Amino acid sequence: MSVETGIAKIETRDLDFYYGPSRALKRVNISCHTNRVTAIIGPSGCGKSTFIRSLNRMNEVVPGTRMEGTILLDGHDIHASDVDVVELRRRVGMVFQKPNPFPKSIFDNIAYGLRINGLKDKRKLENVVERSLRGAALWEEVKDRLGENAFALSGGQQQRLCIARALAVEPEVILFDEPCSAIDPIATAKIEDLIETLEKSYTVVIVTHNMQQAARVSDYTAFMMLGELVEFDVTEKIFTNPANKLTEEYITGRFG
Amino acid sequence: MKKRKWASLKESAIRALFLTCGILAVLVLVGIFATLLTTAVPAFKEIHLSEFLLKKNWDPTSPEKAEYGILSMIVSTLMVTGGALLLAVPIGIGVAAYLSDVAHWRVREIVKPIVEILAGIPSVVVGFLGIVLFGPAIAKIFHIGNGLNAVNGSVLLAIMLLPTIISISEDSLNAVPQAYGEASLALGASQWQTLFRVKVPAALSGIIAACMLGMGRAIGETMTVLMATGNARAFPHGFLSSVRTMTANVAIELGEVPYDTTHYYALFAIGLVLFVMTFIVNLVADVILRKYQEREQ
Amino acid sequence: MKQAKRKKIAQFLGFFLLRACLTLVLAILLLFLYDIGRKGGGTISWEFLSQAPRKGMTEGGIFPAIFGTFLVTLITAILAVPLGMCAAIYLNEYARQGRLTRLIRLSIRNLSGVPSIVYGLFGVILFVNIMRFGTSVLSAGLTLGLMTLPWTITASEEALKTVPNSYREGALALGATKWQSIRTNVLPYAVPGMLTGTVLGLARAAGETAPILFTGAAFFLPYLPKSLGDQFMALPYHLYIMATQHHQIEQVRPIAYGTALVLIVLVLGMNMTAVVIRYRLRRKRR
Repeated sequence: MSVETGIAKIETRDLDFYYGPSRALKRVNISCHTNRVTAIIGPSGCGKSTFIRSLNRMNEVVPGTRMEGTILLDGHDIHASDVDVVELRRRVGMVFQKPNPFPKSIFDNIAYGLRINGLKDKRKLENVVERSLRGAALWEEVKDRLGENAFALSGGQQQRLCIARALAVEPEVILFDEPCSAIDPIATAKIEDLIETLEKSYTVVIVTHNMQQAARVSDYTAFMMLGELVEFDVTEKIFTNPANKLTEEYITGRFG
Repeated sequence: MKKRKWASLKESAIRALFLTCGILAVLVLVGIFATLLTTAVPAFKEIHLSEFLLKKNWDPTSPEKAEYGILSMIVSTLMVTGGALLLAVPIGIGVAAYLSDVAHWRVREIVKPIVEILAGIPSVVVGFLGIVLFGPAIAKIFHIGNGLNAVNGSVLLAIMLLPTIISISEDSLNAVPQAYGEASLALGASQWQTLFRVKVPAALSGIIAACMLGMGRAIGETMTVLMATGNARAFPHGFLSSVRTMTANVAIELGEVPYDTTHYYALFAIGLVLFVMTFIVNLVADVILRKYQEREQ
Repeated sequence: MKQAKRKKIAQFLGFFLLRACLTLVLAILLLFLYDIGRKGGGTISWEFLSQAPRKGMTEGGIFPAIFGTFLVTLITAILAVPLGMCAAIYLNEYARQGRLTRLIRLSIRNLSGVPSIVYGLFGVILFVNIMRFGTSVLSAGLTLGLMTLPWTITASEEALKTVPNSYREGALALGATKWQSIRTNVLPYAVPGMLTGTVLGLARAAGETAPILFTGAAFFLPYLPKSLGDQFMALPYHLYIMATQHHQIEQVRPIAYGTALVLIVLVLGMNMTAVVIRYRLRRKRR
């Protein structure tokens, strides 16, 4: 399903996903466009996290899972034999539900993605670290203590550090998997601001259980339930005039 | 493109390296079995299998007629093992129950590493203490000439099994859902009744597995019994007689037996019997433990 | 009322019994350590630790045995530690549920139950005969290494399990390959735990006697092994000899006690270091 014309940055076609015998996604069709924020909402267990984790093939890490259907990035199948999953994950960055900084210094956290790709030049690394931290609106807070362990940061700062870490490898798409579920409201507001900035340069997909958040940050919203895509449209329309009765009931808070 | 191919090749090579190390474990196990089997088989050109397992007399160096019956050794092994379990199981369960249910957590934090220390004492040291400490004591208590006999071996083995039995039993007692105990207490049972009528039965399969693992260790233990049981070849007449277990016999004779003789091969046949016995015991323990863990999930 | 009282008495007696069990176990350990410490302590001197046995092993020291145990444990470590770590990495990081994985795990569990004397028999055939290493410190070390392997695998896997999954996922999501994520983001945090676990296994190996009886340990050698092909003296075997095989058994008892003390200090020292470090690591994790 596409709301916008033109070639989608990332698009799923009849995406099915199984954990062992149980089916977590049923023929999901969603397209996400460049410089747009696409939000996925729905009650817990609706498959929204499974969906977003299949976009960078992170689900493959879980044993006993199986996928059917197609996922296209710039029109190319991400499961094609010539696609390197490592390269794919570099192009499609991800920020996880719980901030997961590595137990290294702030600097080393950001530099991680570059170092594993063989970048050793200290000057270049410093440049990228600064640019990424600025991009994640964290630079001013940590510029004097880049050598400190990342665990010393607050939860919200840690999450922005993880965003900066993802930015450092210069991805084209950034996936957010409930990025604010483990942090406080003030930190959440900062991250929401950040997402709006990121929209200008990236394709952003965000999974959230917080409907207000979806309404605030996204251009398009997909509502999922029990592994199925119920409705996908312009965010404003979903929240003011949904076409589907289920969507209406969910956004008015009758269940979830 | 080329770089990527090279990288994925490297990844596969690394994975293969680790896999090889994992498979090595299988190869070692199969290798042990195959080695024992092929070295033991020539012994049975001269010895009947039934004679080997069911005759009491072991006298391979007799000038008239060499005899290769290991029944006395099997019985000796089972005796010291049984004796050890008889002592270690109740005490081990008692300690486990105390640690899991009665003791203050501080006591537990201190006692658990101490029990690990007990597990760390080398078997040769335990055997030595059997000679210098327990032997004279047993001789005095039972009014016998020397204390190197099955009782001594059983006591020492029991001490060596305790850490295994304590730690696995305690783990399985701790794994009993708290709700069981609470339900029992709510019905007016005392803590003691709850412990032995509800928790221990609920953890029974884990405790049995612990005892089986202990049994496997006791059957295979060499130095302790070699040093402390006297090693007489005769068929044992009771716990106060000197006994020679299968392990002790291999340890005593392999050093002086000429290579490529029936005697030599027969010692490997004893090794094979030991391997099979411990393998079965451990497998049963393993099955019990797995089942119990599956039920937990 | 009466019943409640009876219940209370039963509980009191019951707990008393359990406490008695624990006291007994602790008392035995204390008795062991006390006896060896008291009687062995008198023998320990610089001469005892630094010289070779003299006059048919009725005098002198045990230095060759200390050196031999150190050497053989080193060979054990060289074989068992890297192989154990690699196998553990496979099982915890790469292996998927399946027949092969189950078979490997089953083998490891069974290997740790194989009697030590059976490892000795295996070592005689494989290392002494087939590989022609002869009865040597190399054969003995490799035999002990195989015996230690299941312990080092299990210990290493335990350590790998304590590394949170988010470290792995985080690295993969940044475009790290599997091995990169393991090397840079799993191993650095697991290796200290892996090493302490394997030290426990090595301590056990250092105190073992049965596997080295026929693969390389020598009754008496007036000199130190010059190459890996030489036989060697080892503390546990020396204790066995001094306790049971010497022709003047009562006269050499102090030497046996001294050997036992050195062996126990060595093994328990390794053990306790590992246990203490492990407890520290665990606390730090929390």
